[in-house]
Amino acid sequence: MQIRTTLTVLTAATALVLTGLCVGNNINMLPIDASSNAATYDSLFKVLFSIGTMLFVGIVILLVYSLFKFRRRSGDLSDGLAIEGNLPLEIVWTAIPAVVVLFVGIYSYDIYERMGGMVALNDHSAMDHAAMAQPAMQASTSSRVWGGIGAAGMDAPSMGKVLPVEVTAMQFAFIFHYPDANITSGELHVPAGQSVELHMEAKDVIHAFWVPQFRLKQDIIPGQPTVLSFTATRAGSYPIVCAELCGPYHGGMRSNVVVHEPEAYSAWLQQNSPISTTTT
Amino acid sequence: MTLANPSDFNGSLQPQGWLKYFSFSLDHKVIGLQYLVCGFIFYLIGGALAGVIRTELASPISDFVSRETYNEVLTLHGTVMIFLWIVPVVNGAFGNYLIPFYVGARDMAFPRLNAVAFWLIPPAGILLISSYFIAGAAAQSGWTAYPPLSLTTPAAGQVVWILSVLLLGGSSIFGGINFIATVLKLRRPGLKLMQLPMYCWAMLGTSILVVLSTPVLAGTLILLSFDIIAHTGFFNPALGGNVVVYQHLFWFYSHPAVYIMVLPAFGLVSEILPVHARKPLFGYTTMVYSIMAIVFLGLIVWAHHMFTSGTPPWMRLFFTIATSFIAVPTGIKFFNWLATLWGGKIALNSAMLFSCAFIVNFVFGGITGVALAQVPFDIHVHDTYFVVGHFHYIVYGGTVFVIFGSLYHWYPKFTGRMLNEDLGRLHFLLTFIGFNLCFAPQHWLGLNGMPRRVAEYDPAFTTLNQISSVGALLMAISTLPLLINVVLTAINGKVAGDNPWNALTPEWLTSSPPPVENWLGEAPLVTEPYGYGQKQEVTP
Repeated sequence: MQIRTTLTVLTAATALVLTGLCVGNNINMLPIDASSNAATYDSLFKVLFSIGTMLFVGIVILLVYSLFKFRRRSGDLSDGLAIEGNLPLEIVWTAIPAVVVLFVGIYSYDIYERMGGMVALNDHSAMDHAAMAQPAMQASTSSRVWGGIGAAGMDAPSMGKVLPVEVTAMQFAFIFHYPDANITSGELHVPAGQSVELHMEAKDVIHAFWVPQFRLKQDIIPGQPTVLSFTATRAGSYPIVCAELCGPYHGGMRSNVVVHEPEAYSAWLQQNSPISTTTT
Repeated sequence: MTLANPSDFNGSLQPQGWLKYFSFSLDHKVIGLQYLVCGFIFYLIGGALAGVIRTELASPISDFVSRETYNEVLTLHGTVMIFLWIVPVVNGAFGNYLIPFYVGARDMAFPRLNAVAFWLIPPAGILLISSYFIAGAAAQSGWTAYPPLSLTTPAAGQVVWILSVLLLGGSSIFGGINFIATVLKLRRPGLKLMQLPMYCWAMLGTSILVVLSTPVLAGTLILLSFDIIAHTGFFNPALGGNVVVYQHLFWFYSHPAVYIMVLPAFGLVSEILPVHARKPLFGYTTMVYSIMAIVFLGLIVWAHHMFTSGTPPWMRLFFTIATSFIAVPTGIKFFNWLATLWGGKIALNSAMLFSCAFIVNFVFGGITGVALAQVPFDIHVHDTYFVVGHFHYIVYGGTVFVIFGSLYHWYPKFTGRMLNEDLGRLHFLLTFIGFNLCFAPQHWLGLNGMPRRVAEYDPAFTTLNQISSVGALLMAISTLPLLINVVLTAINGKVAGDNPWNALTPEWLTSSPPPVENWLGEAPLVTEPYGYGQKQEVTP
């Protein structure tokens, strides 16, 4: 009897784990991935989706099974078994979530580090580097650039030069300025494969810069310049969405990021550079 | 501590019959029902506001109300539902009605304070709603009222919003102090803490959170009102203020506020399940410890709302781990409830259906919550419809389902009559289907790029939004069977008797509805509130 119970539990647990893995690996709920961060993010999503499915399906099956199996027959006025507790059982189901949560936490920390999230803590040179490439940013604030995710150079060390872009957010538009080429644009144009560093400032209220296909979001906070870096990997046009309530036209505060192949990007630069400007 | 003499206020000078519910009554049962009915009226108002939101979002363009009105509506919807419906009902209504019974007292520790706490709510609610008509514009900056937006939108509506939230916060603090005093000091002699029904523990934990965190919100909002009225610069970056500090202070209250809503719901479910499964509550001691663990952890998780706000990396790491760990005590409670059902004799009535649906909804919301605690995951979905979906699974799927379940469970005690089961099941079915249709697709919307609090959106999201709006319509319809049920049974429902569920908790050991001062004789000493399947002894 004991062996049969153990076997049933084992079979059920295996089936549950397989279901979770199957669902997590085969159902894609995310938009196309278009930055080097996105692929890293998606691997975390798969893990969370798999574990979530296992837990949810397991608990719902247990609940529905109990409701059918232990349903009160009509006319039965007696009580159920007077079981008030079971210490080993309670230790097990305290330990399992604790282990799962710890695993998920450590794994997501690892993902976070791979996305460049911890760089401002470990490596201040990255911040200084960011401060160097920002002529338009006030010097007084450069020592306190609040870390967005993925400081430059972390995610694509081999790609060489970092492309700085200044982002100004205001009700209800994003304005992009390329300090090297002296271009100002309402759309963000970037080359694929090159690390881009956004220096973001808000003019009035809090806005948020979000590109769902890049899996990146950073609030743009008045009074606190922020840096956000990414490397786009797939040519195309993707929406830039303001994610923080910023007033009546918040829903209309949208723009696009156009990811070009490197040659096409050079052409775009050529076309849009002011004639008087010579890039050195 | 002396108990006020209820006969001062509840005696011959007080109105009798239904008029007593419109008086400054000191009877905890009257106050509890005042909270309940008042909260339900605000639920209907908040629901109507939600209807406006979902109608606007049925099409991708902004065409139903103006953009300003849309922001007013979503601000009022959030504020009304949280501060005027859920918090007053799960705490005030059921807490006031049940806690004195559970501790074996004749009333709350401070009956006058209790009445004051309730009577702050209707004026605060009327004030809040009236700002739309009187001040010319209601608050438009969301229920979070983040500066600088809250400093730049029409000031009158924002100030009125602050004032009404302060009044409601005051009411909440008065209630919290009262519950702590009642549970700790007014217990019947011989009743030990570890013999109390679980809802007492839940209310004790909740009240600790209320008393520790609500004053922080009050202080923050007072500073915000200074910024608006007197042009001080606490949070105004143009005057050297810091907007992120506001967010820290705001979430120091508002994350615990989630537990202020769900802990009492956990307590209520712990009362309902054993009765209708005819089994003792499984793992009483761990349930108590897990409540206290949630209280402690609940106070140190607030910054996960700010992962995209430019918090330093170490802070993101700390709050990821703290937030994830709150899943452990919460998980313990869910396994204990499942074990309570296991091997029981389960009656699948409306109270049980709502309670079991709560388990399903909350597990779903909890899993997405653990995902949201992970910084990389949160960065993508923060401020999107994923969060809207998650939050409603916790707050509607968690607490509102429990409020309805509790209504079916305790209505016989409130009125002496049974609610109709068929209408109850219809109510359940419509609510459950409508709720899932409404909020499940929102997770997908958020993952795919729809931000929240928008009146217009990318046409690619139309279908999922329309499904969500249909779900909202079903939820609106679902209130009809409930209203019909309550009205019909109040007039000629089946007479319930004192203890229709054959339950063991003390409120069932007196008449339905109970007399003033709860018991005609001495309060009974109930040391085994969940002693199903055991031989019972109740000492008079």
